[in-house]
Order: sequence, then structure tokens, then C-alpha cells
Amino acid sequence: MLYDIWTVFWRDGIVLRRRLSRFILSRMVAPLLYLVAFGWGLGRSIQVDSGTYLDFLVPGILALNSMNISFNSITPVHAERIYHKSLEEYLLAPIRPDAFVIGKVLAAVLRGLISSTVIVVLAWLFGAHFTPGPLFLAVLTLNCVIFAEIGFLAAMKIDTYEAMSQVNTYILLPMSFLCGTFFSTAALPDAVAAFIDILPLTHTSYLLRGLGSGADVSMLSLLVLVVYAVGGFFWSRHAFRHLTD
Amino acid sequence: MADKDMIVVDELVKRFPHKDKEGRDTEKTAVDGLSLSVRRGEVFGLLGPNGAGKTTTIRMMTMQTRPTEGRIFYDGRSTEHSPVDVKRLIGVVPQHVNFDQDLTVGENLELHARLFHMGKEERRERIAELLDFVGLADVVNDGVRRLSGGMKRRLLIVRALIHRPRILFLDEPTVALDPQVRRRIWDLIRQMAHGGVTVFLTTHYIEEAEALCQRVAILDRGRLVALDEPAKLCDRLGRFTVEWDERGERQCQFFAARHEADDFAASLDPEGGILIRPTNLEDVFIARTGRKGGL
Ligand SMILES: Nc1ncnc2c1ncn2[C@@H]1O[C@H](COP(=O)(O)OP(=O)(O)OP(=O)(O)O)[C@@H](O)[C@H]1O
Ligand SMILES: [Mg+2]
Repeated sequence: MLYDIWTVFWRDGIVLRRRLSRFILSRMVAPLLYLVAFGWGLGRSIQVDSGTYLDFLVPGILALNSMNISFNSITPVHAERIYHKSLEEYLLAPIRPDAFVIGKVLAAVLRGLISSTVIVVLAWLFGAHFTPGPLFLAVLTLNCVIFAEIGFLAAMKIDTYEAMSQVNTYILLPMSFLCGTFFSTAALPDAVAAFIDILPLTHTSYLLRGLGSGADVSMLSLLVLVVYAVGGFFWSRHAFRHLTD
Repeated sequence: MADKDMIVVDELVKRFPHKDKEGRDTEKTAVDGLSLSVRRGEVFGLLGPNGAGKTTTIRMMTMQTRPTEGRIFYDGRSTEHSPVDVKRLIGVVPQHVNFDQDLTVGENLELHARLFHMGKEERRERIAELLDFVGLADVVNDGVRRLSGGMKRRLLIVRALIHRPRILFLDEPTVALDPQVRRRIWDLIRQMAHGGVTVFLTTHYIEEAEALCQRVAILDRGRLVALDEPAKLCDRLGRFTVEWDERGERQCQFFAARHEADDFAASLDPEGGILIRPTNLEDVFIARTGRKGGL
């Protein structure tokens, strides 16, 4: 089982290594724009309770970026399933479905963490103050796991390219802006805030912000993330198994 | 089940969800109660017109799609209860090209070898040996997109052979290949069979089945319509065929004995391009499926 996970991961590692510099470069663009526009530009005229807006913003950017990267790192599985049919290799191989799901998710997590590192470095260059500890890293990883699993599920369930890109437009993009990333959900109408508070990214944003500034964090939020990650795994495995229906 | 049977397929059914002409949801039966067995070490051919259910049958036998009904046994082990054990036994050459487009030729093969738990040295040797064998050694570091159609087909076969399967499935292995490559692939299949590998292949090319298969099954609209050695199928239809032109079409009739064929031919209009010849598998195919075989 471990060996099979490694095989699946190894394959993605080869592809990543081949494109590493391009990957890192392209991953710098969006966060850099956010930091310039919202950190330097708008941010100077915004005051938040906890200090500068830049310090408030960076955990939010880390949350939304790790979401986007881990989701989009796993979506090529969709093309492997529908267009290239290369997923058939894994269906024919004497491996367990778990190994495939875990290998793919881990590879997406790795990409999510690499791009997060890029942002941390950029943010420090912009003069942001925060201290990423072990729990900070754990939350970031959990966030990557959750959205890699959601990407995996989308790749298993969705049949067209258009619908795949609609997941980005209708789910990830709104979450990027609303889940406590750029502003506190307290600013939203109650009903909307209640809904937003169920979403995993909201919990990630709050946890990262709290942990980065050394404040107390909610164990409930951590539990929510764990539940999402575990649930996402079982659902992903189920979806992969049912490819052979 | 007999000990000489490697694969036993029992009452296999596959239904797919389907929309009828009015757009209502219904089901379409792709494979309809198929039973057959494949003997250890034989080359078994599955023939049938387009859409007969050949690929669906192979996909069920290789566990890429679950049968709606029925069971499959390999050496007594059911695919339902021991899928991983069975997967180790089989190699599959699909009808379509399904390489990992992001990997090179060598990496595609290495991925396969790793998925089958081959050690580093073993996989390196095996991959080099097979690539050499099919004349692809010099493209090992090329992207798979760059290969020609014939190279891709050969590479598909190489990949299926890496882990030394006991049973090889080939879904139309020589479609769209030039005659030389096709002959080489035939030789390769014969060598595999000679080495004790059981081969299950589908084809549209009747001469391919005649050249390779000890037994053939003919599938039509998901149903088995014939199964035997090619010569026996021909005998059953009538060993001799009389062909002639009538109303702008080529007609055929079959006779068990030569003198019956001669008598019948003598009764025809001598202007009609009459030909008396041995019955072949193509005659059987057309008689059983009511359609022209070939491409
Ligand atoms: N995934 C699927 N969903 C719905 N229908 C399918 C699916 N796969 C196959 N079919 C249908 O099942 C029938 C048998 O298809 P199959 O591909 O097995 O035929 P085949 O004998 O391999 O044909 P060919 O010689 O063209 O390769 C066809 O009518 C096809 O439309
Ligand atoms: Mg087919």
C-alpha cells in the first residue's frame, strides 16, 4: 500500500520536477497582485483591530491560494480520465483504490505547500508580521488536503471541461473572496455569514490568522477541518471505486 | 469447471443507461448472457461487427467495468472476490491509445512496472529487452505524443507485457497498421502463446483470426452466435462455397460435399462469374451476423 502511494506520487513528482521553475513563477503572480493591490494600495487606508491590514490579509491569501493550488493541481486527473484515458492503467493495476487517492492528494498538497512557501517569502518582503509554527503548517496542510479531495471528486464526477471550469468560477472564486480572507465574516448579513461559516475555507482563514499572530484559536474550527478532510477522503475513494460501474 | 480452462465467463450481461429516440431514459444491452471459456495456452478470438460488444466484454473480463450480471473466473478465482490476484495475472492492450501524456515512453513503462511491484533492476532490464524486441529502443526518452500510430500500438503491447502476464488481452491489436508491422505483431502474439501465455483477442480482420486463433467466438448484438475452431465452423456451414453474380450482387451458397457444389454450379447461368472455393471464416461471419465483416 505504501509503495503504491509512492508510485502514484512519484508520477506526479516527475511532472512537477519538469515544470518546477515555471510552476513557482506562475504561482507568484496572483499573490503578488493581491499584496500590491490590497496590501499596499487599498490597505493603507484600512484599519483592522489587530494591526495593519497587510498582517490581516496575508493569512487570508495563504488560505485562498492553498485552496486554489491544491484543487487545480489535481484536476488534470479529469483529463486523464476523460480524454487520455490514462487512468485505466491504475484500474488495471493490482493496487488498492486508497493508494491512488492518497498518492494524488499528497502530490497536490505538495504543490499547495510549495506555493504557500512562495507567498510567505513574498509577504515577509512586503513587511508583514506573522510567525508560522507547526500548528500553522498543519492547518495549511489540512486545507490543501480538503481542496485536493474536492478537486479529486470533481475530476471523478464531472464529464466535461466546461463544467470543470465552472467549479472554479462558481465555487472557488466566491469562496476566495467571502470566506474571511479579505474581510471578517462579521461584516456580512447574518444569514449569509451563517452559511459562509460552514465552509472549510472560513475556518482555515481564522485559524491561520489566529495562529500567525499568536492569538487563541478555536479547537472547533480545527475539528471542522479534520471532519472535512476525513469525509472527503472516504467520498473520493468511493468515487474512484465507482469508476468501474 | 474443467482444469484446462483458464478463464470461465458465466452468463455475462452488461446494460448501459441509454436515451431512446424520444429522449426517454432506458437501458441498452451491450452484452447479453455471454458464456464461454478460454483454455490454458490457447489463442482465443472474439469476432463481431462494430458495436457487437467486444470491447465491453474485454472491459468486464479485465475489471475495468462491472458486469450488470454474471461472473468471471480465472483459474477458479472470481474477479469479484480476488480482483487484485487476478489483476496480477493479466495484461491488457486496449483498443485506444491510453498513455500518460505527461510522461515519456520510458516513464510510461516504468510507471507500469512500478504499479506491478517490479524491482529496480528487474524493470530496467525488462523494459530495455522489450523495447529492443519491438524496435523502439531509441525513442525511450521521447514524449509519447511524438510517436507514430504504429509505434504507439507496439508500445501498448510492450507495456502490457512488462509484468509477464499469464493472460494477454488484445482489443483489435493491429487496427490501422501497415502489413509489416501487422505481421510482426502476429509473430509476437504467436511467440507469447508458444511461451504458455493465454491470449484473448478481438478483431475485425477475419484473416487475423484465421492466422492466429485456435478457437473463435462470434458476437452479434451482444449475443454469442458461434463458438468453435475456425475449420469446424466452416464445416458446419458447408465446406464448399459457390459464389455467383445475380441482380448486381454477389451471392453465396454452401455445400457439404464437392459434388453437390459442382451440381449446383452447373445449374446456374454460366455468364454469372461462378466460383467454387473452400468456405472460410468470413463466410461464417457474414452468415452468422448477416453483415459484412472486415472494415
Ligand atoms: N460507456 C458506455 N455507455 C453507454 N453505452 C456504451 C458504453 N460503452 C459501450 N456502449 C455501447 O455498447 C455497445 C457495444 O459497444 P462495444 O464498444 O463493446 O462494441 P465493440 O464490439 O467493441 O465495437 P467496435 O468493433 O466498434 O470496437 C455499443 O452499442 C455501444 O454504444
Ligand atoms: Mg471495440
